[in-house]
Amino acid sequence: MLKYLLRRLGFLILTLLITSMVIFIVTQFLPGDVARVILGREAGEAALEALREELGLKDPLPVQYTRWLVNFIRGDWGKSYSTKTEIRPLVLGRLRNSLMLAAVILVISVPLAILLGVIAGLNENKFVDNVISIASLAVVGLPEFVTGLVLIQIFSFRLKLFPANSSIRPTTSFIEALPMLILPAMTATLVLLAYIARLTRAGVIEELKQQYVRTADLKGLPRRTVIFKHVLRNALIPTITVVAISMGWLISGLIVIENVFNYPGLGRLMVFAIDRRDLPLLQAVTMVAVLGFALSNLVADILYAILDPRIRLG
Amino acid sequence: MGFEAELRHSGGSVEGDRPSTLATSSHPVTGWRKASYFLRALLAKPASALGFIIFTLFLLLALFGPLIAPYGVNEQIAADAGQPPSAKHWFGTDNLGRDVFSRVVLGAREILGLAGLGTAIAVFFGTTIGLATGYLGGWFDEILMRIFDGLLAMPLLLLALLLLGTLGPSKNSVLLVIIIVYTPIVSRVVRSAVLSVRQRGFIEAARLRGEHMPYILFREILPSVLPALAVEAALRFSYAIFLVASLGFLGVGVQPPSPDWGLMVREARNNVNQIPWAMYYPAAAIALIVIGVNLLADGIKRVLLESQ
Repeated sequence: MLKYLLRRLGFLILTLLITSMVIFIVTQFLPGDVARVILGREAGEAALEALREELGLKDPLPVQYTRWLVNFIRGDWGKSYSTKTEIRPLVLGRLRNSLMLAAVILVISVPLAILLGVIAGLNENKFVDNVISIASLAVVGLPEFVTGLVLIQIFSFRLKLFPANSSIRPTTSFIEALPMLILPAMTATLVLLAYIARLTRAGVIEELKQQYVRTADLKGLPRRTVIFKHVLRNALIPTITVVAISMGWLISGLIVIENVFNYPGLGRLMVFAIDRRDLPLLQAVTMVAVLGFALSNLVADILYAILDPRIRLG
Repeated sequence: MGFEAELRHSGGSVEGDRPSTLATSSHPVTGWRKASYFLRALLAKPASALGFIIFTLFLLLALFGPLIAPYGVNEQIAADAGQPPSAKHWFGTDNLGRDVFSRVVLGAREILGLAGLGTAIAVFFGTTIGLATGYLGGWFDEILMRIFDGLLAMPLLLLALLLLGTLGPSKNSVLLVIIIVYTPIVSRVVRSAVLSVRQRGFIEAARLRGEHMPYILFREILPSVLPALAVEAALRFSYAIFLVASLGFLGVGVQPPSPDWGLMVREARNNVNQIPWAMYYPAAAIALIVIGVNLLADGIKRVLLESQ
């Protein structure tokens, strides 16, 4: 198990290294001169030259990359071009908000999705299954902003249950923020639900076809025992991977949803950074998001190995 | 020629599962028959048929939009600003007095064109790279695949936004982003399909009779990876529509005054309480086309799987 863990960890670090290079190289393609972006059109050549020197823009790219990466790891994420403040506290504050929202989403959607998926899978091609399948197919493809705006219309404007605007302050506690988290969480849940439920359904149907299920049935075990003790145990293992894969979706989905509800998370910060052409901020936000994505994949790998011995031994 | 055809034919029948799409160019009749068979199989399921109808409808709007739209894209009738739907303005007007129906109709070309062109170019590059890397292997394959791994190690939207942050928001940037993000994905799919046929008899036969590489890649290998490629292209196209709309909504994609549906939703949001129709009609158009294309892609996948 330790060997497996170390191998996964090594793989994670390698992936992060490559991704950090991609992030760095992509952001080098910015047309125009960074110094001019910061100082503006009227800046004199001497001031530009001094700033280029100060930012180390004249060094060769590998040197710039190494310096950037080392600084990032040490916690020095630089200053934002647009707000002129330190990037790290800004990004970490937004990260906290995004994690808070993500936690609410996962707590609601994962158990519900698995339940629906199992019900659909056990009733393959019956009425319940068809309803669940068609509903999830319809919802799964909708862009999050369309779903979100419809939910705002219903629950905020018509029923006046939850606020349409979720712009919480940094000092807002989780309990105070909760009512404002409900609608964004519902939006994400609708899509995630459909996605996880579909894959859980496929897992259950696959397991039901296995020989051991027939054996268990034939030796007279009650259907309930067969399903809970045998089928579900095996069918839910792939579901864990599905939850991990959907973390990638969750990050993308959150970017859009946060912008629908004006929720101050990483996603809104990212769009803000693009709007202002604020490269250091964009780099930092992307790095943090990628780090979160990689870590959630690692957790899924570990869970998978704990539940399925064939993986860590094979 | 006779010998070649013989060899190819026998190779095909021995392998059994090799699609004979090769014949399409020389025998148009079989091509038509194939197409009509495909269409019939596709329309056999109500869900796929619905997807096909929705997609065709939007395709017609994209082609003939200017003939259908009663007003110009940015024609402002100040006196009619913020009008609810009526006989004069079917979907009402927005806060600037632009006809929402006309803009939704003309936006079809915008979104289908951008998503379609981006997907087509990415599929072209991806297929070429996938065929070459899969067939040749070696260090060329190794290096390219590692670069692609790096690109795809982050969620797609994140990569798209990162690229847009450096390119700056514009229509051309969105096109470029679709191409950059999709080429690696398509390459991978084609490459793995190539790997599964590379060692087969008919490839060996082509090599032995001295065919040059482009012939082997495009005339021998490509037809066998075509089903996998078609499914992937359909999925990519449906996600490209999704992406264009989402980027428009975030304000980092196509810029005003384009009738991009995502952008229309974004612009109409601020006045949603007074002029809701300006937001809901483009949003409904997005929902409809995304569902339609998804159903169609699902159908294409089903038919191709069944025919194998």
